[in-house]
Amino acid sequence: MNTLPAVWSWLTTAANWSGENGIGHRLEQHLVLTFACLAISALIALPIALTLGHLGRGGALAVNLANVGRAVPTFAVLVLLLLTPIGRHEQWPTVIALVLFAIPPLLTNAYVGMREVDQDVVRAARGMGMTGAQLVWRVEAPLAFPLVLTGVRIAAVQLVATATLAALVGGGGLGRIITAGFNLASTPQVVAGAVVVAVFALLMEAAFELAQRFAPVWVRGRTR
Amino acid sequence: MTAPPDDCLARNDWICGDYLSTRRQILLDAVGQHVQLTVVSVALGLVIALPLALLARRRRWTIGPVLGITTVIYTIPSLAMFSLLLPVYGLSATLVVVGLALYSLTLLVRNILAGLDGVPAEAKEAARGMGYGPMRQLLTVELPLAVPAAMAGLRIATVSAVALTTVGAIVGYGGLGNLIYAGMNAFFKAQVLTASVLCVLIAVVFDVLLLAAERLLTPWRRVVRRPRSARGRRLLTASGRRA
Repeated sequence: MNTLPAVWSWLTTAANWSGENGIGHRLEQHLVLTFACLAISALIALPIALTLGHLGRGGALAVNLANVGRAVPTFAVLVLLLLTPIGRHEQWPTVIALVLFAIPPLLTNAYVGMREVDQDVVRAARGMGMTGAQLVWRVEAPLAFPLVLTGVRIAAVQLVATATLAALVGGGGLGRIITAGFNLASTPQVVAGAVVVAVFALLMEAAFELAQRFAPVWVRGRTR
Repeated sequence: MTAPPDDCLARNDWICGDYLSTRRQILLDAVGQHVQLTVVSVALGLVIALPLALLARRRRWTIGPVLGITTVIYTIPSLAMFSLLLPVYGLSATLVVVGLALYSLTLLVRNILAGLDGVPAEAKEAARGMGYGPMRQLLTVELPLAVPAAMAGLRIATVSAVALTTVGAIVGYGGLGNLIYAGMNAFFKAQVLTASVLCVLIAVVFDVLLLAAERLLTPWRRVVRRPRSARGRRLLTASGRRA
């Protein structure tokens, strides 16, 4: 196994970190793509989930969406979008695919969170004369917050993975280091790219883990 | 001078009957490879996951590390996973199978453990009271009662594996993913759409088959239809999909 030293030397070569195809630039693209798409999908999914959860409607839709989404290959959706007229706009196929796949975990978890709010608490709030909007913002949404955050965490980690696949259809991000490595038949570069991607994904997961662990009780939820 | 043929292949339509008839063998081969990669990897994952889950249950201190490692594995994106295995397996079908098996493994271990933990204490006490030994209790009481949770994991693992197999195209073993990859480079719309739809169909067929298997394995659940518990739902929602 003399791959490991080769991977190490690839990772420690300064030239591989700078420039258009360098790790630095690819990392920046990956970060921008991940967080921009996370914001867009949260803006779409959370209002729908809070509304449906408050009304107690569309539960089957919200819960099954995640299961249906799982059967659709991300790679296929990326290529399909690339071949439509949307594909002519560079980043669009990637952004649309990423948002589409980030919505189900956000929607499902936020919905389940809203539905699992203790109904006694909801009745008490109604009894105090709260309006629907007050009920959502002061009672249901805060109590559902831990699960909403779980949804955000799943979506974020998944976005990192999906953004990697974008490289297969010519998008930017860290996946490009891997695909370039395959094109060059350079195993060290492929593995080095994979290590960077894996570390990035794990750091994202770890950041959420720490945030949830050290957050105040109302963010963490009761110990589940 | 003959005019170019005006059929759906020449027009590069999304939906094209001629594509289906002229590329039949290619499609069947790709479906065959896809199904084979999926089934072998999930089966491999199951074979490893069951003893791991049983070990974790017997030696409680191993639960933390087992769940931790499986979470780490599950967090690694598929493209990176296949790439990390490249120095070990080279450009081979084994690489794809091992990568997919690792993902299945993580889902299955967690769900089997959850299923075993969910066995009611009364059921275990009753078995002990009837003089069952630990092995008999495990095989005839605990494992059957863990089937619903384990099958939920197996269904998610299988459906995810079908979708993820497409990424194997990066090493040339992606089943229908190979057709999608080639179709992308050639801008061949009918090929990309047909292969994508077939992928989803395979996933749906597997899901339905596993659901039927679950009902066969748990005849007692057909008699008393209990509403699905919140716990079951949580299992389905808490594990995101892989990409």
